[in-house]
Amino acid sequence: MLKLDKVTKIYRVGTFGGKELHAVSEVSFEVRDREVVSLIGESGSGKSTIGKMILHLVSISDGSILLDDLDVAALKGEALKEYYRKVQGVFQDPFSSYNPIFKADRIFQTIHDEFYPDVSAGEWSAKVERTLKDVGLNPEHVLDKFPHQLSGGQLQRFLIARALLLDIKFLVADEIISMLDASTRIDVLNLLAGLKELGLSILFITHDLSLANYISERAVILYRGCVAEMGATEKIFTNPRHPYTQMLIASVPRLDRKWEAQASVESKCAPTGYASGCVYYDRCPLAFGKCKRRPIPLEIEPGHFVACWKAAEPPV
Amino acid sequence: MGLQVENLTIYYQTLSGDVRALENATFSLEGGEIMGLAGESGCGKTTLGHSLIFLAPPMKYVGGRVLLDGEELPIQDMEKMNEFRFRDISIIPQYAMNALNPIRKIGRMTEELLQAKKVDFKAVLPELKRRLDLVKLPHDVLDLYPIELSGGMKQRMVMVVSTLLDPSLLIADEITSALDVASQKAVAEMLVEFRDQDCCKSAIVITHDISILYQIADSIMIMYAGQVAEKASTRTIIHSPRHPYTKLLISSLPEIGVKYSERQLTGIPGKPPLLLDPPPGCRFRDRCPIAFDKCLEVPPFVEIEKGHFVACWKEAGNA
Repeated sequence: MLKLDKVTKIYRVGTFGGKELHAVSEVSFEVRDREVVSLIGESGSGKSTIGKMILHLVSISDGSILLDDLDVAALKGEALKEYYRKVQGVFQDPFSSYNPIFKADRIFQTIHDEFYPDVSAGEWSAKVERTLKDVGLNPEHVLDKFPHQLSGGQLQRFLIARALLLDIKFLVADEIISMLDASTRIDVLNLLAGLKELGLSILFITHDLSLANYISERAVILYRGCVAEMGATEKIFTNPRHPYTQMLIASVPRLDRKWEAQASVESKCAPTGYASGCVYYDRCPLAFGKCKRRPIPLEIEPGHFVACWKAAEPPV
Repeated sequence: MGLQVENLTIYYQTLSGDVRALENATFSLEGGEIMGLAGESGCGKTTLGHSLIFLAPPMKYVGGRVLLDGEELPIQDMEKMNEFRFRDISIIPQYAMNALNPIRKIGRMTEELLQAKKVDFKAVLPELKRRLDLVKLPHDVLDLYPIELSGGMKQRMVMVVSTLLDPSLLIADEITSALDVASQKAVAEMLVEFRDQDCCKSAIVITHDISILYQIADSIMIMYAGQVAEKASTRTIIHSPRHPYTKLLISSLPEIGVKYSERQLTGIPGKPPLLLDPPPGCRFRDRCPIAFDKCLEVPPFVEIEKGHFVACWKEAGNA
């Protein structure tokens, strides 16, 4: 359904834009129909940039994003509006997604005015109520309220409902869980998993590995703009092969097991220059001479790709 | 000796009335104990933490006492508390990354901080350097500006500064929430290391992430809507909680290995009551699956086993 091919994003940074920041370099993966793919990475790994490129919010420096063979970067005007009927995003902070001086349900009205001007008001409000019920809200309790009168979980579901009003095919969910409380986050997550049954594909962007594991079929681990490892979620979690993934999985706080006494290697300040070698080189415990060249993602078992020279070698 | 808090009640003054953010909190902390304080946002955990050290308006002291190492803390008196702040009781604030003065070099900022407490910077310097080694920061960070450090490094720098005078109690407010998992683990482990090295006697770790607490805390206290719900050792809270809220909260946490397609987790239906005019009795009553008539009265916080306190009428009879 959605295919990313060697997508690269270079930002110009520095006082006069004289330096280049490779936020995303040559990322390729695809999201199939009715599939939830998790995009996992720490802050600064470029995961949100990928989400924004898919949503046509930032331009692509190189490579291409195709939705059913339609080139996203080339979209303009009417075609772009058609694209937004099919692809929508929900973002991290539900509180700042609303204009506080208008009522929260104004977001449904704007969709009506923009995309469905032919639908009568009565029919539209019936559709809004039906969609709100789909996302687990009681329309009587949440309509006609200001954003501050609703909880974070309710506002987040409002945004999902807004996306669903458009009969979308693809949803970019950028850290939509991280601002919610433990008791409500699981409901939003279940809602998302339920949407898949309705024929939706979801790109679930997160830094929380246990959430990714709970919801997705496949996962893409991103480190400094490069894909470190990708494949079926179980494969990645039970048999991580990239040293970065291994370190990540060992550092996740779990309730069934205490941390092992092993020093975790933290990230230093992000270097801005382009590294010609493996981006994980300076933190990697296994780094050796060959790592000065950028590793190519290698399929070590069907559907499981690892970008590491060591993992490509047979185990000793 | 540690900390004893008795019936501490703190309200927030607003134009529409008092918000009852913390009601009758009673608990104690042994010397050397790391206590995790967990709950949803708005449950009063940060209010509790801050009231112990900086009770500024709109926070209003309503009642209760706080004893630190047997001595009463004048928490309602902003002036008198100055003697205790930083020296006996210290805090690592939420978003500690922004806690450093951006236009001062870190060393200079620390020096000014110590001057304010009439401590000689030169005398403390060797100890400061030893602590930097402890958190694996190079000594030359003292000559850097905060912008030159990464998030995890800033967090650790604030930790070092906060505990420089060996406070008896350290309050750590959401210190790991803004970090990625690798730095999270490093910072959390350093907190334990600080306690083991006596850089602080005991600590209250405020967080919404219970799985972090399982890794580092000796005991966990769960709060709900301004009331203390349960306190017990970490093992007990995770594996055999007694309060219905704790049970639901623990069971709603996604863990590695649990998948939606295999086992669906459930959240807790409903939402916490508004604390402006909270319902009488147990505040979890509306969402509680086992609520009964008696819950219209506030349940007492009773010790049902040694070190295991629960505020629930269903459990009170088992004490």
